[in-house]
Amino acid sequence: MFDGLLTITVFLPAAVGLLVALFARGENADQQIRWISIGATVATFVLSVLVFVGYDNNIAGIQMIDYFENWIPVDALRSSYILGVDGLSAPLVLLTGILGMAAALGSWRINKRVREYFMWLLLLETAVLGVFVSLDLLLFFIFFEFELIPMFMLIAIWGSGRPRYSAMKFVLFTLAGGAFMLVGILAIYVTPGVNTLAMVSIPELGITGIPELIASADLVVPAALIFAFFFIAFAVKLPLWPVHSWLPDAHTDAPTAVSVMLAGVLLKMAGYGLLRINLGFFQETKGFTIHDVAGYMAVIAAISVIYGGIITVRQTDMKRLIAYSSISHMGFVMLGVAAVGSSAAQTSAAGLNGAALQMFTHGTITGLAFLMVGLSYDRTHTRHIPHLGGLWKKMPLIAIFFLIAGFGSLGLPALSGFVSEIMIFLGTFSVWPWATGVAAFGVVLAAGYTLWMVQRVFFGERPATPGLSDEVYNNLTDANWVDMIPVIALAAPIFIVGIWPSVITDIFDTGIQAVLR
Amino acid sequence: MTAQDFWALSPEIAMAVLALVVISVDLVTRSMAKVSAVAFVGLAAPVILTLNLWFGWFGDPVSGQALFGTFEADRFSLFFKFLLLTVTAGTILASARYIASDRMKDYGGEFVSLVLLSVTGMMILVSATELITIYVALELTALPVVALAAIHRTKQGVEAGTKFFVLSAISSAILLYGFAYLYGFAGSTHLDVIMERLAVLPTETGVPFGSYAVLLSVIMIVAGFGFKMAVVPWQMWVPDVYQGAPTPVAAFLSVASKAAAFAVIMRIMYTAFGDESLMKDWSGLFAILAAVTMTVGNTLALSQSNIKRLLGYSTIAQAGYMLIGLASVPANQVGATFAGAGPQGVMYYLAGYAFTNLAVFFAVIAITSRTNDDSIEGLNGLLKRSPLLAGLLVFGLLSLLGMPPTVGFMAKVVVFGAALNANLTWLVVIGVLNTVIAAYYYLRVIRAIVFEDAVDETKFSADRPLLAAAGVAAIGAGVFGLAPFLILELAEQALSIIPGI
Repeated sequence: MFDGLLTITVFLPAAVGLLVALFARGENADQQIRWISIGATVATFVLSVLVFVGYDNNIAGIQMIDYFENWIPVDALRSSYILGVDGLSAPLVLLTGILGMAAALGSWRINKRVREYFMWLLLLETAVLGVFVSLDLLLFFIFFEFELIPMFMLIAIWGSGRPRYSAMKFVLFTLAGGAFMLVGILAIYVTPGVNTLAMVSIPELGITGIPELIASADLVVPAALIFAFFFIAFAVKLPLWPVHSWLPDAHTDAPTAVSVMLAGVLLKMAGYGLLRINLGFFQETKGFTIHDVAGYMAVIAAISVIYGGIITVRQTDMKRLIAYSSISHMGFVMLGVAAVGSSAAQTSAAGLNGAALQMFTHGTITGLAFLMVGLSYDRTHTRHIPHLGGLWKKMPLIAIFFLIAGFGSLGLPALSGFVSEIMIFLGTFSVWPWATGVAAFGVVLAAGYTLWMVQRVFFGERPATPGLSDEVYNNLTDANWVDMIPVIALAAPIFIVGIWPSVITDIFDTGIQAVLR
Repeated sequence: MTAQDFWALSPEIAMAVLALVVISVDLVTRSMAKVSAVAFVGLAAPVILTLNLWFGWFGDPVSGQALFGTFEADRFSLFFKFLLLTVTAGTILASARYIASDRMKDYGGEFVSLVLLSVTGMMILVSATELITIYVALELTALPVVALAAIHRTKQGVEAGTKFFVLSAISSAILLYGFAYLYGFAGSTHLDVIMERLAVLPTETGVPFGSYAVLLSVIMIVAGFGFKMAVVPWQMWVPDVYQGAPTPVAAFLSVASKAAAFAVIMRIMYTAFGDESLMKDWSGLFAILAAVTMTVGNTLALSQSNIKRLLGYSTIAQAGYMLIGLASVPANQVGATFAGAGPQGVMYYLAGYAFTNLAVFFAVIAITSRTNDDSIEGLNGLLKRSPLLAGLLVFGLLSLLGMPPTVGFMAKVVVFGAALNANLTWLVVIGVLNTVIAAYYYLRVIRAIVFEDAVDETKFSADRPLLAAAGVAAIGAGVFGLAPFLILELAEQALSIIPGI
């Protein structure tokens, strides 16, 4: 069975990136590279829309399968090339399509080593798309790790501040997490009775996946340990307290478009992994189920939310502020997953759906926020909040969309952030009332740091000294139409999902129900 | 010799003839480009003859043994002959410019024909199924390399040649001792007969391999080939020879010699010692060697400042990973799956490693021949000076490091998987830890290439044959990484005729 759509969607950006890097020549090469690369991401976006729209929610299950059985035909490690989407992955593919396009458009002004920059950016998009559609554990792992090289290069070469330090920290954290995951994968595979790497069952292909097989197998390593291996890898990536410290550095020093990708989709790979693997595999294994540890997960989630929120309030760098707020918001994803501890299927599904939706909404909202910080920084050349103020008069468009991102982030009704957070609270409160109650305070913090930042940067008066000089301030310009294309692309889903959430939640629900079985 | 023998030996005969043709051409022309071209085009003959043996285009010559059962043109050997011929083609392309250089142009023809003769020896070696044939082929392999290593006649070159010669002679002597014990005990020099005899001869309990004579012979045989495979503790020659010998020779040695040695040791172990009880014993031996080789190779590589020496130590470490596959024998397997996962992994690893390492060495040749600087600092800012070469080198190093999704990663995963299946979890743990150590020094080189600023910013590019060779090697490595089944399925077919599997 080979549908082909997913393979094309995944590999189109990488193929274009490599070809352009090798063959673009001549005086106008840089400009051509920009156009072709943006064209590739737009095409990928269109393909991702086709995937999302083409997913038939009434039939459910895995669809658009690309299957090549003998990818690694060794019995010691039999791995197949399986791509497919279900309700869990289809919206995330769409999200990646949107953000990939926004990131490429937002990179229009990159002038340094343009050829390499767009090559890495496109390779990054391929890696992320691959993670969401791979249904073979080894393939999943390869895409999950492959994203490191482009990210390392993008931060280290095009970053600001201490880029090499931040890039190295990012790589070391993720590699360490990845090593745990590889051990977990191998341990599952060699267990007698499992001997497969298929992450889901696909009846059409006669594949029985790990979730079914693992239930009755005697794992060679205790199931709790394997669970922990995967959990650590994803906790680093999500990131959760206490393994979050790479994130503020990476975000602060990364170029704008890379921050957009990092916050928008890279963190979601972890959330997706938590749902697909930690939840999908470990509902009923011998001697361990995810229900046993749901309480701990809720506690860690609550700490992440509150810790992230408090640290965020203290930030004076706009980008660092949004980076820390990501820790808080991704904590909500963990909190939603913790709802699985519920005995009533209804409530746990609500929490899990909320977690899945939170990934989507956080992707667009935080992506937008980073984009707006980037636009503001391009003009003022500072992100230091006390140096800014009164920018509203000079750049109202930037201020408005910054405000939209801010409102989305603090959970204003009618914007998408509200929907996902309310779903998480509704699902998790009945199971873990204390943790949820504490975490709910994170929303108050979010309102605090977001509004306070917007107020200090855009409203109020210009600070006397040291602020922007008169010359710089008077020459500030608002966003032009080139800047606005990616902004609109990210703002639109915030409103659409806020007003009409079921366009996404129905599909997520299908996916979650399948994972829950 | 019968017609059958001629068919079976046809690729080797073609190689030997080609070596003589190259020498003759060298007599009549001063143009080294012509010599390279003749050698490169001439390689088509052995390649076609090898393909013929695999597919049986002209009749079915694969049916059996040749030369009184001392030589076997089976698919196992043909797999390695393809690999060796590919490596040879790459080496000839990559040295085209080198042999045309001022200090080499008087010996260009000799250089190429010595390479061809050495490969002839390796091709016989991978087909040999009898101890004396193995020994003779091994000597034919080694002696041309001695001359190649010393071909510069500089102090370093002569040192490299002498070192290689002396150590090679000692290792051959040890190997011969091992063969002699084995013959004395089993009464035959044919590997398959030895297997049958060892199975019926009385064994002492509590002694590895059932008797001290066999134990001694196994250790000596492994020691003898350990030299060729560059396995610790027989690795001392590697960094010196790599640094002293011409880089194309080092590239050739690091890949071809290793592949041939692994092929013959697999054949000996799985045929002569292919009995299940023996297998468990030598599996342990290789497991220990693997752990030591990886660890020592990687640890010593950490402090290197010369890129060629660093690559020397890196090849030692890589041999260690391959040994993991060798140690993963079917006898220890949990569950009944295809028995050949370990050797299959070794063959995949060797093929992927061959292409990767050639790409790395060729890129280094191209770079150092322009910068005249072997140090790692000499690579500073390479990305700005020569983006294509820098890209090739970085790709190759990432593959050696084992970064997904390169062939280096896939091969390590396959080998580790085989080891887990063979109950060698401790070895996998050591292997994984080693990749972390290795990451440090590979990344150090990559950092110099990508981030550091060059002292001299002049741009340069490589000459076309060399660039083509490096490019093809890198593409091969890329393809084998993305499509592992290409090699693994061939390897499965190749292994199906080996008795112990």
